[in-house]
Amino acid sequence: MNLLSTTGLSKNYAGLQAVSDVNFDLPAGQVRALIGPNGAGKTTFVGMLSGRIESSQGTVLFDNTDITRLPAHKRMSMGMAYTFQITSVFSKLSVHENIALAARRVVKGGKSDVDTRVSEVLNKVNLTDRYDQIAGDLSYGHQRLLEIGMGLAQKPRLFILDEPTQGLAESEIDDFIALIAELSTGTTILLIEHNMDVVMRTAHYITVLNFGEILAEGTPDEIRANEAVQSAYLGKS
Amino acid sequence: MSGTTRNLILHLFVLAMLTALYFIVSEYHSGNLARIMVMAVYAMGYNLLFGYTGLLSLGHALFFASGMYGFGLAMEHLGASAAPAMLIGLISALIVSAVIGFLALRTSGVAFMIVTLMFAQAGYLTILLAGTYTRGDEGFVIKQADRVLGGIDLSQSDNRYFAALILFGICFLFIGWLVQTRFGKTLVAIRENPERARMLGYDIQRHKLLAIIISGTLSGVAGAAYALLFGYAGATFAMVEYSIYPLLWVLLGGAGTTIGPLIGTIFMTYLINITSEFTSAYMLVAGLILILLTLFAPHGLAGVLRKKLLPWLP
Repeated sequence: MNLLSTTGLSKNYAGLQAVSDVNFDLPAGQVRALIGPNGAGKTTFVGMLSGRIESSQGTVLFDNTDITRLPAHKRMSMGMAYTFQITSVFSKLSVHENIALAARRVVKGGKSDVDTRVSEVLNKVNLTDRYDQIAGDLSYGHQRLLEIGMGLAQKPRLFILDEPTQGLAESEIDDFIALIAELSTGTTILLIEHNMDVVMRTAHYITVLNFGEILAEGTPDEIRANEAVQSAYLGKS
Repeated sequence: MSGTTRNLILHLFVLAMLTALYFIVSEYHSGNLARIMVMAVYAMGYNLLFGYTGLLSLGHALFFASGMYGFGLAMEHLGASAAPAMLIGLISALIVSAVIGFLALRTSGVAFMIVTLMFAQAGYLTILLAGTYTRGDEGFVIKQADRVLGGIDLSQSDNRYFAALILFGICFLFIGWLVQTRFGKTLVAIRENPERARMLGYDIQRHKLLAIIISGTLSGVAGAAYALLFGYAGATFAMVEYSIYPLLWVLLGGAGTTIGPLIGTIFMTYLINITSEFTSAYMLVAGLILILLTLFAPHGLAGVLRKKLLPWLP
C-alpha cells in the first residue's frame, strides 16, 4: 500500500518549470532516497509534499487522502515530519524544550508524559547530557541531530529528511545510518541526500530527479548501473 | 523546588511587596503606584503579544480605549453600574481585538505594525467623530457616586490602591500561569522560529489570533479599570502615544518576562516624574536614558536580571 503518492505534480516559478509532472509512489515502510544534481527540484518536490510550497498542478495523496490543498501544519498533524535542509531549531531555547515542542504535538498526557518522551528521544540521538544547553550553543552536528530528534519526537508515519547528513562528521554519519535503520522498522522515510555512501547503505529504493523530472527509479544496484543517471551526474554523453 | 513552584513564589513575593509598599510609602507615591499597577496590566497585555509571541503592534491604544469607552459609555448612556460596565468594557475589547486581529494577521512584520497603527488611528478619529456620545477630545468624567464596586467607594485612595493591586495580582498570576502552559510555550516557539513551529504541526495563525485577543482584552480591562479608578475617559488615551507607551515599558522592563512590564512601568513613570522636577526638557533626559538602556541592556532590566542572576526568570 502506498503511504504517499503524487500524480502530475508540477511547480512553475514564473515560467521556470522547477518540477514537472512527477508521478511518485512511496509504499508504507520503505526507506526511499531522492537524489539528483543541484537544482534538480528535490527540495521543491518535498516542499510540495510537506505543504511548504504550493503546487502549480497535480495532486498529493497521503494515506489515501487528498492533501494537495491542506496547509502544512495540518499535514504534519496527519503524521508527517520534516527536517530542514538548513538547520532550523529554536536556537534560543533549551535542547529539552526543542524536543518537548515537537513531542507535545503527539503526546496527549501531561508534563511527565512529555518529559518521558523527550528523554527517550534525547537518548536515541545521543544528546542526553546536553539536555539543559541552549540549542544555539550546540555544535553544528549536534544541532542537526537535535533537529532529527524533533522529527523523531513527533512519531511520524512519514519522515522527510532534507540532506540530514550535510555537515556531519564521519562518526556522526555512522550513528545517523544506524538511527535510520532502527527507525525504518516503524516509519516510512523519504531522504534527500547527496552523500552516496549514505544513500547506498540506507535506501531500499531510489528516485533520481533531473531538471524537475524523474530520470530513473530503482534499487540501489539498479541505479548504480543506470547509464542515464551516470551521465546526469558525471556529464557523460 | 520545581520551576512552577519557584515561579509562583516569585509572583506572590512581588504581590506581597506591592502590598507592603502601601503601608511604607507616602500617599503621593501610593497614588502613583495605583496608576502604575493599572498601566502595568496594560503593559502585561502588550507583552504577551510583543514579548512572548513576537508581534509588534503599534495600535494597542485602540484596545485600551475600547475597554475604557466600553466601560465609560455603558455608565454614561446606559446607566450601568460599575460591575456590568466593566464586563461591557472587557467584551468590547475582546470583540475589537478579535476583528482587528483577524484583519491584521493577513500581514506580518512592518506591514503588521502599520496596519495596527492605522486601525488605532481610525479608532481615535471615530471617538472624535462620535463626539455627541464620547465628548471627543474633552472626554467625560465618571461621577464619583458611580465609582462604587460591591459597595466599596473606589474614589477613596486606599480602596483604589487595593483595587488596583487585586486587578494587577489577578492578571499577573494569570500571565505567569499562561506562559508556562502548552499554549504559552507555543507562543514562544512562534516568536523564535515560526516556520519551524509550523512544520511541527502548530497552527500559527490561530495561535497568533488567540494571542492578540488575550493581549487586547487585557489591555481593554486596564482601560476600563483606569476609567473606574481615576474617573475619566478621554480620547487622549486612544492617541498614538498610548500605543507607544506599553512598547517602551515592555522594552525597558524586559520583553518576554512576566515581571518586566511592572518594572518598566515603574521605571518610566518615575524617570519622567523625577526628571520633570528639575527641567522642563525632561523628555530629552528620559530619551537619553532610554537610548543608553537600549544600548547597554537590550533585553531590558528584567533581561539583565535573568542573564546575570536568575536564569530561570519566567
